[in-house]
Amino acid sequence: MSLHATTSQTVGPYLHIGLTWLSIEKLALAGVPGERISIEGRILDGDGEPVNDALVEIWQADSRGIYGGKRFRGFGRSATDGDGRFRFQTIKPGRVPGTDGKMQAPHIGVIVFMRGQLKHLVSRVYFPGEPANANDPVLALVPAKRRGTLIAKKRGKAGALEWNVILQGKDETVFFDS
Amino acid sequence: MPRITEYRRPAAGTQPDYLFPRYASTVKRAPTQPLVLLPHTQTELTGPVFGYGEVKRSDHDLTKQHAGDPIGERIIVSGRVLDENGRPVPNTLVEIWQANSAGRYPHRIDQHDAPTDPNFTGAGRCLTDKRGNYRFVTIRPGAYPWRNHYNAWRPAHIHFSLFGQAMVQRLVTQMYFPGDPLLAEDPMFNCVPDERARQRLISTLDWETTIPEIALGYRFDVVLRGPEETPMENRKGDKR
Repeated sequence: MSLHATTSQTVGPYLHIGLTWLSIEKLALAGVPGERISIEGRILDGDGEPVNDALVEIWQADSRGIYGGKRFRGFGRSATDGDGRFRFQTIKPGRVPGTDGKMQAPHIGVIVFMRGQLKHLVSRVYFPGEPANANDPVLALVPAKRRGTLIAKKRGKAGALEWNVILQGKDETVFFDS
Repeated sequence: MPRITEYRRPAAGTQPDYLFPRYASTVKRAPTQPLVLLPHTQTELTGPVFGYGEVKRSDHDLTKQHAGDPIGERIIVSGRVLDENGRPVPNTLVEIWQANSAGRYPHRIDQHDAPTDPNFTGAGRCLTDKRGNYRFVTIRPGAYPWRNHYNAWRPAHIHFSLFGQAMVQRLVTQMYFPGDPLLAEDPMFNCVPDERARQRLISTLDWETTIPEIALGYRFDVVLRGPEETPMENRKGDKR
């Protein structure tokens, strides 16, 4: 049997009604092993205006590189505020294998929904100063001058990272066709 | 069972592009640079699992969330969640949200001059059963105006969000109602060229789930992406 996937439609402006009942901005409970990190960022549209009606979902492995572990599910969901800002507190994921069995650099999968998009965006967050980035098979597919858009920046205190979603323009974030 | 290597890519004309100027808000929000084709690694082939704990068993009934009954035509919305290979997707989270029967959302930015309903929030969720079935009890939503173009009205619709079993199956869509004359003019409904793909967004009146004297049933099956089933060794050009 061969069917076609249902056509994607926008979440629209009223997404909060249906989706923010499940808000998960703190992914790691006390006692979950791993390096504590926070990731904060803003979503900006083609005019540089904040996108205040978006929803960001993240999906990541635990510190050992295991997805969907008992103590750490690894799923987060944050709606942007009036300033277009989303935020997560989590742990740095371990490395997971790529398609050829070689290990990928630590990364977090990202999905973004918003009014004005008929289907969601797919991106990834990588970590600054991570030697494994140089050999990551997915980063290698991205034009070198745009790779930086996928790598978070260190901010202030230890473990604090910033990663923005720039929808258009010269600093446009890399989005994937997944 | 063959090891999943990739999920199927969409058939031509069945999924929207980001830029679709008839839907005006896409213009400043669509990526302008080419997308990078993402291989499906563990990150893409896995996804979160939800359970009754987070989801309450009564969350499927949108007519029982307040002290009184909501105003409107009570309906049953049900169907199956399948993948492209026709396999049911069990135990997956389905979230819905919708306007009330007057076409109004209880949301701070909804300024439509229509009444809110103190007995209707318009949000529900459930998990599919072993066979991929889901079921909601709700009221039929109303049409409402939006400012996309002059005299623009959204056809009655219910928003659906589904996870599936892998992040590449994640889907947000909208369910429409049969025979709605507003569909022909709606940019969102008409965002893909494939006529059959559009028709699949329209639910069907379903006598089987209709409860006599109580509520009409509408059926809406959702298909999530399915894994490629061609074994690796038969794939052309694959030297492994």
